[in-house]
Amino acid sequence: MIVIVLMKQVPNTSEVRIDPKTGNLIREGVESIINPEDRHALEAALQIKDSTDCRVIVLSMGPPQAAEILCEALAMGADQAILLTDKAFAGADTWATSTTLGMAIKRIGDFDLILAGRQAVDGDTAQIGPQVAELLGIPQLTYASKLEVQEGKVIVERTLEGSCERIESPTPVLVTCLAALNTPRYPTVAGMLDATSDRAAIELWNAADIGAKAYEVGLLGSLTQVVKTFTPKEARNTRFLEGSPAEIAVQLLDAFREKEIRLGE
Amino acid sequence: MAIRFDPDKCNGCGMCSRSCPYQAIEIEDKKARWLENRCTLCGACLESCKFDAISGDIPVRETPDFSDYRGVWVFVEQHDGAFHRSAFELLGCARSLANELGEPVAAVVLGHGVRRRAGELIAYGADQCLVVEDPALAYYQTCTYTHVLDVLIQRHKPAILLVAATHLGRDLAPRVARRARLGLTADCTRLSIIPDEKILLQTRPAFGGNIMASIVTRYSRPQAATVRPGIMKALSADPSRTGDILVEEVNMAECREFTRVLECVMTENSGPDLSAAKIIVAGGRPICSEKGTAVMREFADTIGAQMACTRVVVEEGYLPVECQVGQTGRTVRPEIYFACGISGAIQHKAGMDGSRYIVAINKDPDAPIFEIADFAIVGDLFDILPALTRAVKEQ
Ligand SMILES: Cc1cc2nc3c(=O)[nH]c(=O)nc-3n(C[C@H](O)[C@H](O)[C@H](O)COP(=O)(O)OP(=O)(O)OC[C@H]3O[C@@H](n4cnc5c(N)ncnc54)[C@H](O)[C@@H]3O)c2cc1C
Ligand SMILES: Nc1ncnc2c1ncn2[C@@H]1O[C@H](COP(=O)(O)O)[C@@H](O)[C@H]1O
Repeated sequence: MIVIVLMKQVPNTSEVRIDPKTGNLIREGVESIINPEDRHALEAALQIKDSTDCRVIVLSMGPPQAAEILCEALAMGADQAILLTDKAFAGADTWATSTTLGMAIKRIGDFDLILAGRQAVDGDTAQIGPQVAELLGIPQLTYASKLEVQEGKVIVERTLEGSCERIESPTPVLVTCLAALNTPRYPTVAGMLDATSDRAAIELWNAADIGAKAYEVGLLGSLTQVVKTFTPKEARNTRFLEGSPAEIAVQLLDAFREKEIRLGE
Repeated sequence: MAIRFDPDKCNGCGMCSRSCPYQAIEIEDKKARWLENRCTLCGACLESCKFDAISGDIPVRETPDFSDYRGVWVFVEQHDGAFHRSAFELLGCARSLANELGEPVAAVVLGHGVRRRAGELIAYGADQCLVVEDPALAYYQTCTYTHVLDVLIQRHKPAILLVAATHLGRDLAPRVARRARLGLTADCTRLSIIPDEKILLQTRPAFGGNIMASIVTRYSRPQAATVRPGIMKALSADPSRTGDILVEEVNMAECREFTRVLECVMTENSGPDLSAAKIIVAGGRPICSEKGTAVMREFADTIGAQMACTRVVVEEGYLPVECQVGQTGRTVRPEIYFACGISGAIQHKAGMDGSRYIVAINKDPDAPIFEIADFAIVGDLFDILPALTRAVKEQ
């Protein structure tokens, strides 16, 4: 069985801070990590490998630095790592990203299962999984919180708003994974040494390698364009209420009464 | 799009070969030669040639003519024939976009036995309702719904397509977008029309809400977006509104559904419906104790408010997950939001900063929550909340 895992390197968004003067993202010193849900996707693949004859291929599109996460994936137990890296890929929206990943998967050839995270924490789009599945003409099962692989099919439990669905699909199929799916293993020290000592283990593919024209991928191949970014700021006039707790309470009720809101009615 | 090469001008100097990032140009018999399967048409070689042997028309992206795409579409999510509340919110939003454009709003409903309720969608702002009825559409399945929606888009060519960013919407929209060759913007929190270009400006949070990005779709139609539930305002129903209800025929035999639903279990929604709450009293880390929740509950009950909380409180097990507000919880927009002992992390603010009035109670005068508060109370919530409860009872 061949399982392909889609993995993205992302900044640790809980550490991302805004420069209060410029309003820009401060990226320096922000650690880069494997997108959290992609780690669960990889773990799911490795668990399949634990119990059956299975080859796990990890695939990422990103700058050369993204090789770091693939090293980690190899150290956790992946068999093959491919990094799609090329200036032409830069600035891609989800349309162009899914084109790139899809073309690379076609070049890989046969597979039974593709695992991705539900969403990446930098963009939070959750679009790549379904778009890659559509491009390849295979079914998709999103929001997986349980995954069972059988001969020629998978059964997935999907955790949805107010319901939980058990659904079956023939392979090949693409599944997007939630954190609830499993607890990822740690990379082994030996695995880490192996993976880092031999960077050549990571295959680097560029646009030509996957047969993509420059106008099909990256910014040029994108159908949406970001026209501006800004820091969210709600214009509110903050009024500080002062005094004893009882005085503060009265001030607040009065303030709302002026706005024709009576609390407690 | 092509690279043109004039061999007569080439002296085999090799500059182009060195400039090519893809090793797509070889020098053979003192002439350059392109390897078609490696050339990506990136254009890097154009500038490299000192002898004008290479020319080409490399993409100046033209905006196609989309003048025959008209109207704002809302995909109406339904479960067991009942419309999801997001549909009404989207109709409210679509109405204002359509008014700006001078174009109609259409509600698109897929299901089985849904036609009789379509009038409701007209009352909430649609000019038109497109209904596709089929037993295969009774329960949502990705590939079947994708097929139908794609057929309708090709048939009617709307200018804008809005889908709620629910689990269902986020499963469906990217699949449809890929099939119909559409750009798609995820989880938008603000939509407007750029006046001179008459195109849709789609604004959404990125980097966990740390920045907002405004996005346009210049190269495909319809301009498609998923929209975060709980943000847009539904209009009040106007039963006197009129509109057409059109039943559309779609050939279902053309579509292959791979998946089979084995079972669907409703998970008990133990928490309150925060999205409908007028007043919310939300607590953070300091309410993680019997006493803390009791103090908060007493105040909430006194003013008839719903209780909510930060992720910390859910993780500590003091309130159910349905009460969590924020990026990974609910988005709420009550009239009044009381933030009690909440620091104001960006992930929390993402779910509540659209509240009409925000009252923040915090011991720390520098807590970020005060930046978005209308009323700031620096103090201990164990003093302030009981005082507020008392004041309300006494008034
Ligand atoms: C990917 C991701 C997603 C997340 N999603 C969410 C989400 O959806 N929702 C969410 O809420 N969080 C979310 N978080 C967590 C978020 O970053 C914060 O950690 C969390 O919101 C903090 O909760 P808090 O304000 O209750 O706790 P703290 O940050 O610990 O703040 C407690 C506050 O209470 C004040 N305080 C203490 N005692 C008192 C007292 N007696 N009286 C008055 N004030 C007092 C303190 O001054 C402090 O400001 C997410 C984080 C990540 C990384
Ligand atoms: N550049 C990328 N390279 C590899 N996988 C990706 C990339 N971008 C997104 N993915 C995969 O798609 C999932 C959803 O990402 P997104 O649609 O960006 O939220 C991620 O969890 C990854 O598994």
